[in-house]
Amino acid sequence: MAGLASASGTDPNAAPVGTGPTPKRRNTELLLLGFAVLLTIAAQCIVDLTLTDALRPELATFGIWFSALWLVAHLVVRRFAPYADPLLLPCIAMLSGLGLVMIHRLDIAGNTLGRNNSGEDAPVQLLWATVGLVLFIAVLVVVRDHRVLARFAYTLALVGLVLLAIPAVLPNSEINGAKLWIRVAGFSIQPGEFAKICLIVFFAAYLVDKRDVLALASRRVAGLELPRGRDLGPVLLAWVASILVLVFERDLGSSLLLFGIFVVMLYVATERASWLVIGLLLFSGGAYVAYQAFSHVRVRVDTWLDPFGYADTGGYQIVQSLFSLGTGGLFGAGLGGGRPDQVPVAKSDFIAAAIGEELGLFGLVALIVLYLVLVERGLRTSLVCRDGFGKLLAAGLAFAVAWQVFVVLGGVTGLLPLTGLTTPFVAYGGSSLVANFGLVALLVRISDAARRPAAPPAAPVAKLTDAPTEVVRP
Amino acid sequence: MTSEIVLQAFRFGFLLLLWLFVFAAFRVVRADLFGGRTGRVASVPPRAAPARKRGSRGPRHLVVTAGPLTGTRITLGEQAILIGRADDSTLVLTDDFASSRHARLTNRSGQWYVEDLGSTNGTYLDQQRVQGPLLVSPGQPIKIGQTVLELRT
Repeated sequence: MAGLASASGTDPNAAPVGTGPTPKRRNTELLLLGFAVLLTIAAQCIVDLTLTDALRPELATFGIWFSALWLVAHLVVRRFAPYADPLLLPCIAMLSGLGLVMIHRLDIAGNTLGRNNSGEDAPVQLLWATVGLVLFIAVLVVVRDHRVLARFAYTLALVGLVLLAIPAVLPNSEINGAKLWIRVAGFSIQPGEFAKICLIVFFAAYLVDKRDVLALASRRVAGLELPRGRDLGPVLLAWVASILVLVFERDLGSSLLLFGIFVVMLYVATERASWLVIGLLLFSGGAYVAYQAFSHVRVRVDTWLDPFGYADTGGYQIVQSLFSLGTGGLFGAGLGGGRPDQVPVAKSDFIAAAIGEELGLFGLVALIVLYLVLVERGLRTSLVCRDGFGKLLAAGLAFAVAWQVFVVLGGVTGLLPLTGLTTPFVAYGGSSLVANFGLVALLVRISDAARRPAAPPAAPVAKLTDAPTEVVRP
Repeated sequence: MTSEIVLQAFRFGFLLLLWLFVFAAFRVVRADLFGGRTGRVASVPPRAAPARKRGSRGPRHLVVTAGPLTGTRITLGEQAILIGRADDSTLVLTDDFASSRHARLTNRSGQWYVEDLGSTNGTYLDQQRVQGPLLVSPGQPIKIGQTVLELRT
């Protein structure tokens, strides 16, 4: 707790009350956004030229729509969060632009082969990005001060849990073995993505309230500050919840994401490394039991340990993904030059493999660095932020993105077992995209509060002895 | 229509531009960390910073001016000061109107901020209820329950 406060206090540049006005850097943001939009349109041109040898007229519509999207986002930030971090928007613009280009490229591949004539997915994704922008604007307009969210912490926790539980209860929610979806009017929605944000807000509010107890009451055992037995309650609850998700929705990814976020936020709030150890132990225990008990978990682990041994069955995806990355090599086959459509579900789960094939290690690392910048800005916001709730919320949101990217890329490259998580902003999928827009909107809101220069203190009004008596409740 | 060479050039150009974007982002991060261009840092007279520090020396004591603990004096360091009825507070109040974790004073590069930790009866800085962190200047009364605190240089 003291560490959270002093960590930002020791850095003179981080202090919001420096000399002179804090630069808003909105023009930097606009410039970088323009750069990202231009790069996206250029990539679209390269894809079209390579695959169809001509520029389609739809390209103009796409270009205008995509530019308008980010221009509106920029103007809203300029109006409603003028001190917000200038890098958050350009990063997500570049990431979603790359995603759209890749999805469009896979659309063309699918249509020419006539294998899955499911129509075009890129326009749908652009539509989802527009919906995401609407959520982004709504969050910025409605939530004028992020601290207000702390008041609705328990409501949000309930909403989050309900959202998390809906697919488990509803029938007809199963896609590819995971019960994560609700189907409304032809659309599949993944409520878990929104539950994630609600629960992060709740964790932040709860831990700010309780962190002193969780941090101070401890016993020292073998060099580790172990918490008291009764303080283990919350972490056990989070663990049980994530196990329930694993059992009833058969989704390794959400389960891992949920538990990881909670343990890390607990660690950030209390500065006790013992929570990480406890979390890791609980996770290992849960993972071992899950491996023994559930066949779908066992399949994932077995194909992770020996993908080529199961190349014709469960390991097909991961083997194709590894071939895809190998084909890409250092500089890639070039946009439109590879065969990323060989990987099953390349548009959603394996879009990173498609990018690795077409842009090579160079392009894939650029993608990862863009995520890194996004996460760094989130953690930076957390350091500079002046209130505990904002600090913890920003750290939690930033970690959620980082953790998701790590787990997905680990799965695609064979470092970790495959999970059902999506690459934020890049992968095809409406719920994930919209929810992540909401997540970044919250980060923008907090960073605006964090970078806003502190209001000068009001001049002393009157002596205390002259003050009128106030009625206070004991 | 388009030759292979041109396409290949486009592809490499795209990769280069992508990295150029990444480096542009890095420049912004850098500017944020080191406060703009390096030239600006060098142009600041080297004497100015320490002189200012000595001139506006921050508060050094926290003094209780009213309430059961009147006269108590705490020497301020770098650490945050926790005020409340809980035993682990820096300043443990014996005041029925104070919450167990009532308020916190934090040091931020020599300046102190007061923050209410969700207390029942609130923290008042100059009769103004503390909502978010507020800058406290020396001599300003901070009222917590029946206790009044003040920063002294």
